[in-house]
Amino acid sequence: MKKMAEENVLSQKFEIAGGDFSKAGDISTQVKEILQEIGINSSIIRRAAIAAYEAEMNVVMYANRAELTLTITPEQLHIKLEDEGPGIEDIELAMKEGYSTATDEMREMGFGAGMGLPNIKKNADQFDISSELGKGTLVNIIIFLNQKGKE
Amino acid sequence: MTLKEIKEILQAEIICGDDRLDEEIEFAGGSDLMSDVLAFGQPGILLLTGLTNAQSVRTADIIEAKAIVYVRGKKPESEGIELAKKKRLPILSTQFMMYKACGLLYSHGLHGVSNRHEI
Repeated sequence: MKKMAEENVLSQKFEIAGGDFSKAGDISTQVKEILQEIGINSSIIRRAAIAAYEAEMNVVMYANRAELTLTITPEQLHIKLEDEGPGIEDIELAMKEGYSTATDEMREMGFGAGMGLPNIKKNADQFDISSELGKGTLVNIIIFLNQKGKE
Repeated sequence: MTLKEIKEILQAEIICGDDRLDEEIEFAGGSDLMSDVLAFGQPGILLLTGLTNAQSVRTADIIEAKAIVYVRGKKPESEGIELAKKKRLPILSTQFMMYKACGLLYSHGLHGVSNRHEI
């Protein structure tokens, strides 16, 4: 974990292990705590925490590993998730509410309802996803800070 | 309705957070599906669930739930209890099943989340 503080910019990297259900959510909780320490608007913190948690669960469920980079500037909060894993074959399909390739084990955890990616998008101001089969998936979540919240 | 009243209505056991029974609860939602809770849960919600893994507590913390009630006599795994203590999230356990627990609270005036966000 690296912490780097330049002028008005905070950037921190986190490592997420794929398949480790016992720790699933740890990183999102840390992200949330950092945002709380900085004193960001609570509705924005909540949206960022939900988006980060959904993305983290996706890594735990589907990928081998991932790096989450949290970057905060005075204007925005950026969560980048770059994973190494099987990738997503059909992103358009994966973005559909209710579509899921989850296993029974994932569903028993309370996840895998095909709501994750749409929910990340819902909570972000800007969202993009790209994927390469057999290599991994890149997700960018941006939430603007100069607003009271989206909801 | 306070958490203390909820405890009495549901004849619930307090697993942790007995110092927060004066907490006022305005609405509740019941689900075992954390994906749904994350999509529709609102801050301040009382979450009723039968899912006992650490993710249930984690999800409640992420959506800023006020407390969790585990139904059908269930209790969260120890990891979840530790997290709840750390996050000061009260946890109750009732013997009632989900439908009855929700029905009892509703009939005592505790509403669900608004229609738009209903779970």
